[in-house]
Amino acid sequence: MTQTHADYRLSQLDQLEAESIHIIREVAAEFERPVLMFSGGKDSIVMLRLAEKAFYPAKIPFPILQVDTGLDFPEVMETRDRWVDRLGVQLVVASIDDAIAKGVVTEDGKTSRNRLQIGTLLNAIEENGFTAAFGGGRRDEEKARAKERVYSHRDEFGQWDPKNQRPELWSLYNGRLHEGEHMRIFPISNWTELDVWSYIAREGIEIPQIYFSHQRRVFERGGMLMTETPLNPCREGEVAEERTVRFRTCGDITLTGCVESTASTVEEIIEETAVSRVTERGATRGDDKFSEAAMEDRKKEGYF
Amino acid sequence: MAENITAGEQAVENVTTNMDLLRFATAGSVDDGKSTLIGRLLLDSKSIFEDQLEAVETTSKGKGYDYTDLALLTDGLRSEREQGITIDVAYRYFATPARKFIIADTPGHVQYTRNMVTGASTADLGLVLVDARQGLTEQSRRHAVILSLLRVPHLVLAVNKMDLVDFSEEVYDKIQAEFTQFATKLNIPDLEVIPISALQGDNVVNRSENMAWYSGPTLMHHLENVHVASDRDLVDTRFPVQYVVRPKSEEHHDYRGYAGQVAGGVLKPGDEVVVLPSGMTSRIAGIDLYDQEIEEAFPPMSVTVRLEDDVDVSRGDTIARVKNAPKPSQDIDAMICWMATTPLRPRQKLAIKHTTRNARALVKDIQYRLDINTLHRDQETKEIGVNEIARVQLRTTTPLLCDAYAQNRTTGSFILIDENTGVTVGAGMINTGN
Repeated sequence: MTQTHADYRLSQLDQLEAESIHIIREVAAEFERPVLMFSGGKDSIVMLRLAEKAFYPAKIPFPILQVDTGLDFPEVMETRDRWVDRLGVQLVVASIDDAIAKGVVTEDGKTSRNRLQIGTLLNAIEENGFTAAFGGGRRDEEKARAKERVYSHRDEFGQWDPKNQRPELWSLYNGRLHEGEHMRIFPISNWTELDVWSYIAREGIEIPQIYFSHQRRVFERGGMLMTETPLNPCREGEVAEERTVRFRTCGDITLTGCVESTASTVEEIIEETAVSRVTERGATRGDDKFSEAAMEDRKKEGYF
Repeated sequence: MAENITAGEQAVENVTTNMDLLRFATAGSVDDGKSTLIGRLLLDSKSIFEDQLEAVETTSKGKGYDYTDLALLTDGLRSEREQGITIDVAYRYFATPARKFIIADTPGHVQYTRNMVTGASTADLGLVLVDARQGLTEQSRRHAVILSLLRVPHLVLAVNKMDLVDFSEEVYDKIQAEFTQFATKLNIPDLEVIPISALQGDNVVNRSENMAWYSGPTLMHHLENVHVASDRDLVDTRFPVQYVVRPKSEEHHDYRGYAGQVAGGVLKPGDEVVVLPSGMTSRIAGIDLYDQEIEEAFPPMSVTVRLEDDVDVSRGDTIARVKNAPKPSQDIDAMICWMATTPLRPRQKLAIKHTTRNARALVKDIQYRLDINTLHRDQETKEIGVNEIARVQLRTTTPLLCDAYAQNRTTGSFILIDENTGVTVGAGMINTGN
């Protein structure tokens, strides 16, 4: 890192890092109660790393918030705990099971847990009085995301209004809020999937093991490879078998598909990502497949 | 020959150390083929994924089109797809082995100026599209004026739809001459005019066989090679303090660092510096980048600066060199782009954000409204409407540490915020500084 910069040029990854750290510090300075939304996936781990760097040698001056779907991969939870221990940061867990028990959200057997995250998250934001919530969303993930600002204003219902966004000029972010409103903040908006992996490689960042190639009992559903677990058993006609796979995103175990891969190091993953012809969401996210505007619709309701 | 390095190692090497970044803003009228061009750049640089392309093909077929509508790739919102228009600025990404690109895709026709200003504020390069059949329109001139006002250092005029004018050199020459003539009135340090066909791909990524008369670069070649490193100000040291880092831990009991992003110049340990607006002087004791002490910091690095003396420094202050510092001022003379539907009037009070400093501003005077079609200065109008540009005088509650926007796009810019709605209503560029 202490390389010399003969021509005062920063690599694009250094530029992205500098921009993200600037955004994180800006939020910490201007908002009363920020929180970092943490799913345990690679993007939120990169966010934690950036937050760690932004305030070093001080600790991260805000808590992290995880929505526990009850259907998370155990490997992801283990990684989360190690990060929390290492950084000494406060962890707030908003559990969907608790939210169901308290009647905050209703499980009707039809709504996926992914959708139940929305109400659970919004309730946690309100209960804790968080005014800004960092997310690891990137604009390259999805075309509705490409339209969202770094500071994404949410009304008192947590809704995003794509037609009424604040213009974002230079690096001057406007964090003004009315009572009950909050801001979603996306410091890694300008990163791509490949940038995230490159950063993980460069920084030697620990991520959940499920990102690396491993043996797993999987079955095909809707063109995706799903994990066989008691939470998500095979339906009629589906046959589980052992395959060599890895995950490209982390989410609900019942909805997140994996890909066949032998990539067992970050370098190999980068190589695979660089030549991949399918987006991570296209390959592995059941939740985005409901309709062409699935992500946009969920965001309008208050999703990440 | 180096040892065998794998493609993965090469990819890591490329993206972590070598590759640099170019941000560009696109502009063009509705039917100039902007979405098609962006689609083409993404497609030909292999940045479109199969699942995205399949979705677009399915939708195109479903709508009964007889070709794949690449514009569908970029129209991300339900209402945009319904209406077939682009509502707001979107940001898109692609990379070649040489560079990563961030496109600020600004829509052509609605809320036109404010979107252009938004997209251009962070751009290194502006890309203006014209339809070869139409030649320069009022709109293309407006685009150029805004890019010039925003001090976007590089401009590309892409003369599109050359296939529809039989790839005529004459047509290109005429448009090029006319635009070059017009550009002399503006501040455009670097201009490139490239004849293309976005639909067929001529001179976008691959050199056109249909325009042997053209000897300049293809659009992609130009985007990959345009020199942007020298566009930053490396002379005038400016470090707006964002956040004071005080660990209050056993291990770092006395640590007191000033975190921020370098806005100009180069900071080095040992430099004699002044903290503004207090005017206290000290020396840089060290510069930290996470757990490393570094030897110098320059734009756009985010670092933490420690000073030798225990001077009072807080968020909103600026660290500069003793003999080269911005002059604190409460009187601001600036060009502003007004973005709200309610007009801007004299005596109005607004919130202002400049670097890391928040204050309130009073509109003392509206000197003139700039007609961006004719560059005429209209001094009669005292009310500025949405998407209009004006020169104004502001008085702020606390001094701002300003430079001229022409000198530094970070310390020379500000936003105006409506205190009632909380909405960003104006973008400002300071005329004088220092």
